[in-house]
Amino acid sequence: MDKHEEFKKSVTIIYKGFVVFFAFFGIIICFLIYLVVDPTFSAFKSDETPAYTVAEDLDEDRIENGIHVRTGLVEAEGLMQVVNNCTNCHSALLVTQNRMDSERWAATIDWMQETQNLWDLGKNEEIIINYLVTNYPVQKKGRRQNLETIEWYELEE
Amino acid sequence: MKRRNFLKKAALTSLTTLVGTEIVFGNLIPEGYSPLFLQDPDPFKMFDKDTRMSVLNDKPWNIEAKAHLLDEKVTSNKFMFIRNNGIIPQDIDINNWTITFKGESVSQEKTYTLNELKEKFTQHTYQLTLECGGNGRSEFDPPAKGNQWTVGAVACASWTGVRLRDVLEDVGIKGNAVYIGYHAADTHLSGDPNKEPISRGVPMAKALQDETLLAFKMNGEDIPLAHGYPLRLVAGGWPASASGKWVNGISVRNKVHDGNKMTGTAYRVPCDPVEPGAKVKDEDMCIIESMPVKSLITYPRTGAVLSNKKTLEIRGHAWAGELEVAKMEYSIDFGSTWNACSLEKPINRLAWQHFSAKVTLPKEGYYEIWARATDTNGKSQPMVLPGWNPKGYLNNACHRIAVKVG
Repeated sequence: MDKHEEFKKSVTIIYKGFVVFFAFFGIIICFLIYLVVDPTFSAFKSDETPAYTVAEDLDEDRIENGIHVRTGLVEAEGLMQVVNNCTNCHSALLVTQNRMDSERWAATIDWMQETQNLWDLGKNEEIIINYLVTNYPVQKKGRRQNLETIEWYELEE
Repeated sequence: MKRRNFLKKAALTSLTTLVGTEIVFGNLIPEGYSPLFLQDPDPFKMFDKDTRMSVLNDKPWNIEAKAHLLDEKVTSNKFMFIRNNGIIPQDIDINNWTITFKGESVSQEKTYTLNELKEKFTQHTYQLTLECGGNGRSEFDPPAKGNQWTVGAVACASWTGVRLRDVLEDVGIKGNAVYIGYHAADTHLSGDPNKEPISRGVPMAKALQDETLLAFKMNGEDIPLAHGYPLRLVAGGWPASASGKWVNGISVRNKVHDGNKMTGTAYRVPCDPVEPGAKVKDEDMCIIESMPVKSLITYPRTGAVLSNKKTLEIRGHAWAGELEVAKMEYSIDFGSTWNACSLEKPINRLAWQHFSAKVTLPKEGYYEIWARATDTNGKSQPMVLPGWNPKGYLNNACHRIAVKVG
């Protein structure tokens, strides 16, 4: 029994030794990795706002919740063709405000090509128009709509 | 806030692409210095606008008010809509600003500095209603192309300047003059220096009116940059696009001016009425001149709940293009019956008029208060959308607000 206890003890000591060794080793590794990422320890200088943190925002085609963040366009087939061809001169807001069928979008593209210096879209024209009519479809409004999105408030006079 | 963040990010990312995908020596940028392309892209701050204004478009900038924001008798800058067709000019040197009169129908080409205009000619101040031709476009069915303005692309500020007529007389115009067209310092969205974003104008009869100004002040101060600093045309009662901003040239033409957005379908409606969605040939489209009769309830804001009473005061403004508003009414029963509002005379021709009424609602429930103006020719605002047109101009349907009792 004694021998067994002794053996158990020494195993525990060796085990603890290993844990301490690997923990120490792990900390060193973490430190070295951090040193590579942030050699100036800027994360600990709390008051400074490093000018280059904006670099995180530079993924200009980032998508969040199905929306292309830079333009506000819906992520769907044809998105990048729209981004690359339709947001150079004017904002995407001019695109998403409008609701047209294929024929009228095609006419609008023709007009932009004739008068606004838009280039030949080639194969992309069909992709772009499909994207627009699919993701920004025409909705019927009738001759007068209900008043919508009313925020009710108590009127004090 | 979301929109602002979005705009900030949008401006940030699109501009950084101009300098490359990474900011080289980014860590060498001095602390506290924000590079040119990161400087405040917040339109509300940039243009000194109230944050309740709606941004429809950020390139070019198009921003509108809401009905209740237009409650002032004379519209402040912070509530004035912005409608831009191109890029706002930069680095304006007010001391070297000139305006050149040219074209087929001037006796001689002549250039004035801004200071010469101010010193040589008598200055006049008028309150003038400017409404975007496309105000209300968002309601057309089928939808019309362009910025989807709701009700807020209208304003009536006080403008100070010299009469265009006085300057034209000094320049000397020939008997064959038909139209004037403006030229301005804004730049085309495509960056093409040979293209003018917009160059519209008015017939001589409008150009020679007392109230048609070359203005350099708005509400007693220099015109804000977004509204045409340092010099703009103001032709009240007509689509606001006729009132060119950042003006540096006037062409006196012997024919209808054919500058950008004078031709095709721009600021034109079918000469004869068409069915909704119809295709209309360019030659069957006619230039919009005077804007139609219209009104806005600016108080209270839509959505008012009356808990312990059944009466409320309403007020607002009414205007009628070249004409005056002769009668103002409201309805609480979807137009079944109409009641008179009290209506003030305009402070000067082409200024909007103020109306008010005390409204009594008979019992608990949901109401809509509709407002209807009638001009001096007997024309009233329609309760449904007026005639459909391809570009969605001239929606002067009655404005309405929602009110609940109980």
